[in-house]
Amino acid sequence: MITRRDLLKNTLKGMAGLALPVAAFEILAPGKLFAAKGDTARVRWVFLVDTHKCVGCGFCVKACKKENEIPYDANVTRTWVERYVLTKEGKIFADTPKGARDGFTTNKIDLGLGEYRDIKNEEIEKAFFVPKLCNQCENPPCVQVCPVGATYQAADGVVLVDRKWCIGCGYCIMACPYGVRFFHPIYHVAEKCNFCYHRITKGLKTACVQACPFGARSIGNIKDPNDPVAKIIMTERVGVLKSEYGTKPQVYYIGLDEEVR
Amino acid sequence: MVIGLVVLVLIVRQFLVPKDFGIGERGYMYGLHRKSNEEEWKAFKVKYKSEEYCKDCHNDKYASIMQTPHAIIQCENCHGPALDHPTDPPKLPIDRSRAQCLRCHYPLPYPTSGRSNIRGIDPDKHNPDIECVMCHNPHKPTLEGMK
Repeated sequence: MITRRDLLKNTLKGMAGLALPVAAFEILAPGKLFAAKGDTARVRWVFLVDTHKCVGCGFCVKACKKENEIPYDANVTRTWVERYVLTKEGKIFADTPKGARDGFTTNKIDLGLGEYRDIKNEEIEKAFFVPKLCNQCENPPCVQVCPVGATYQAADGVVLVDRKWCIGCGYCIMACPYGVRFFHPIYHVAEKCNFCYHRITKGLKTACVQACPFGARSIGNIKDPNDPVAKIIMTERVGVLKSEYGTKPQVYYIGLDEEVR
Repeated sequence: MVIGLVVLVLIVRQFLVPKDFGIGERGYMYGLHRKSNEEEWKAFKVKYKSEEYCKDCHNDKYASIMQTPHAIIQCENCHGPALDHPTDPPKLPIDRSRAQCLRCHYPLPYPTSGRSNIRGIDPDKHNPDIECVMCHNPHKPTLEGMK
């Protein structure tokens, strides 16, 4: 037989019990914990691409492949340059033969499978080059899906792959909305651009930034208010790729067209 | 039985998981990793040394190219990565191919791209059978520098 006193007691206990877990999880959430301890990282690497300056010479791709020991003739690359040609009829063409390793030395658009499209200069409305590389996202989906902790984000924002720990399952390659990851043909593990981690941590520029004759590429530290790249990103009109995914990409573009994906 | 299995898994785990494997600065979701891998990547070999590395020994070449529009091109873009030159390799292979010049000098008059400002030639009509460097000096690309 339940008494009125017991009913009220148990109801109150139950309500207290229901309220507790919410508060408990609030305290244990690791993100909040780290925020409470204070953000101590002094460096957050970011990248800036000025598409107006890019001429599609492909020196960046060549330098990247040699610097990072990516097999030169295999059709994989950590960075590449895309060509976009928009015609007056409203058609959009894009190509990146061999990732633009040898630049763009023809006006024929590579449609794939050995087919090419010759576009007359009079037909062109807009045409430009867009360099691509890993966005080192603030919320990297490739890292979330790794089942073994082989890919991770360092304190300075760069996403790295542990070649000894990667099991080659390929989840991260599928998860990246920008398609920057691939299998390394020699090591058989996931491979990606890491902003030349061995160079930037020594105070050098990345191989692609150094190789670019036109200053289309630059790397900087967004946490340094005196950094010239950080100043441009904070004060000028810049865009990012596929912001709708919520990945918070950290490669910023000047002169990004809506047709660029 | 079940407890034994759990204990076995925990013991095996002790041996397989590296000592420095843990949660890094970016938390559980993004920071789970083997800490020493960061140092492994930092120790990767630097191959492109930039013109700063070349200019002391090859001062004459450096000074002359700096007077030309080709000053913006890194030495290593044509001469290849310096690596540990002059010890290893003692000589750098030079890319003198037409394709190397055409990277910029194939005419693509694309509006909104800097490419349209670079002078180009039609490689099918402009002396198609010989290398550009037979007549042009890449360190002195103006017409006065013609060989």
